[in-house]
Amino acid sequence: MDATPKQKWSLFAVSIPVMLWTLIPLFWIFSLAVKPSSIQADGKYVPREITWDNFRLILTGGASDLFLPALRNSIIVCLLATLISVVLAMFCAYAIARLDFPGKKMILLVALGVSFFPVISLVTPLFDLWRNIGLFDTIPGLVIPYLSLTLPLSIWVLSAFFQQIPWEMEQAAQVDGATSWQAFRKVIVPLAAPGVFTTAIITFFTAWNDFVFAISLTSDNARTVPAALAFFTGASQFEQPTGAISAAAVIVTIPVVILVLIFQKRIVAGLTSGAVKG
Amino acid sequence: MSTATAPAETKTPSKDKALLSNRAKAERRLGWKLAGPAFIVMVAVTAWPILQAIWLSFFRYRLTDPDAREFVFLGNYSVIFTDPVFYQALRNTLLITVVTVAVELVLGFAIAMLMHRVVLPRRTLRTIVLIPYSIITVVSAFAWLYSFRTDTGYVNHWLNTITFGAWDSAFDWFGSWAPAMSVIMVSEIWKTTPFMSLLLLAGLAQIDGAMEEAAKVDGATFWQRLFKVILPNMKAAIMVAVLFRTLDAFRIFDNVFIMTRGANDTETLSTLAYKQTIDRVEIGMGSALSVVLFLMVFAIALIFIKGFNVDLAGSRK
Repeated sequence: MDATPKQKWSLFAVSIPVMLWTLIPLFWIFSLAVKPSSIQADGKYVPREITWDNFRLILTGGASDLFLPALRNSIIVCLLATLISVVLAMFCAYAIARLDFPGKKMILLVALGVSFFPVISLVTPLFDLWRNIGLFDTIPGLVIPYLSLTLPLSIWVLSAFFQQIPWEMEQAAQVDGATSWQAFRKVIVPLAAPGVFTTAIITFFTAWNDFVFAISLTSDNARTVPAALAFFTGASQFEQPTGAISAAAVIVTIPVVILVLIFQKRIVAGLTSGAVKG
Repeated sequence: MSTATAPAETKTPSKDKALLSNRAKAERRLGWKLAGPAFIVMVAVTAWPILQAIWLSFFRYRLTDPDAREFVFLGNYSVIFTDPVFYQALRNTLLITVVTVAVELVLGFAIAMLMHRVVLPRRTLRTIVLIPYSIITVVSAFAWLYSFRTDTGYVNHWLNTITFGAWDSAFDWFGSWAPAMSVIMVSEIWKTTPFMSLLLLAGLAQIDGAMEEAAKVDGATFWQRLFKVILPNMKAAIMVAVLFRTLDAFRIFDNVFIMTRGANDTETLSTLAYKQTIDRVEIGMGSALSVVLFLMVFAIALIFIKGFNVDLAGSRK
């Protein structure tokens, strides 16, 4: 269906408010992050003056001992949860896509059921259990519950990807004289890698976003960024933490936005194939 | 050739069950060996805690006073179901769920249509729309909180300007129930509409363009095409998207926690359960609330799947 120039431009005109609606709150966080504290409450959307003080405060200054460990914890916990989920899901999705065995459908339904689970329902029993066995406020104490968020998602998205792979190419390569290992490495790995990678990104986003587990199951040592943001205090007791929180928010948002910019197409494919075509 | 015929084979397992070859048996074993670990981990990290929660919910058990732990059977539940605080949280949760999902469905569908047809900033539009999905909910909550707050916000100033000064620029959005709930819902809608519209976009992409073209040639108006051709053909995608978002909205926590912490009667079921468990360390009561919330989510999923025939696994072929 070819759009006429008139249609093309009217659609262009409609997309502008959509993009503005999306960007306005994002720019506001940036704006607050660079506003000097003296004009923070002036209500001007575009800052009249720019300072990097807030970034200095959280990266090297008084709030850095709160923000930097949280950033480190977030990265470690999310990478671990993503790695474990994607590896486990890879085997599982391979079996679902390629092998015929009873219970295939059940596994997918259980994965879906687990992903519908209200997170807070897991928190109460885990809070009690973790305190008893010493996992409260530790990295593994967060990674384990994160698996309930990340593993079903990985299984669901990855098996959708694996079902689209033309597996017969592996045999074709073997017929052409490749060894099994060569066929796997040269044919299957390049076909499967984009799906695995996309799944890893989506899984990482989900873990990175978690707030409920992070504020409930940690106190100091293992606190992640979203939880730390919620408990931020200003440079002194009498100062609002608005600027510091905004600067921290900008720092944790930039990498995510870069990933989206680069992998937009794949992320869309992963989200939708995992959910709709299922 | 294996992939081309594999789906057909899986559909008729009963016929060749009797004559399972060794090869098929080996395949079954391998299947469970590969899928088993993921399955076990998945069940272990959810089934164990929820069973534990059911058990703990029968006790009056406060962490600060563990020796006074006492079996009260359904005592906690009867407290919950006679407490007006619970009903307020339930009402808020339902209101947020219904309003946000309804708005997101309309808004998400409009954006999906736009993304489906737009030619010019196609890639840019898709990228920008995806950003709210990918950022942290807490960040989005802070962005909206700071936008509406009286001290640091700009929204009051903007409203003041566009109403020529009629709007009170010191209006406290978080000072009472209705405005606070509105801001919570705006933030939730902003954050999750992209996900909704991507699911709907995938549904749109599956519609046969020729069908719509034919309707157009026959003289159908835009609205006729929308309601007679497009929407009926993407019913499945709409139902899946609505189910996903409904269950997600029902668990709302982050936005409420950051913006109001439940002040001015804005408590939701999740924040209520959190307060009982973490702030008041009432493990028994918190567990009972967790079980209630779990059962409600389960019931909603069941209503959707049975009542509206949302075929989740069947769409996977």
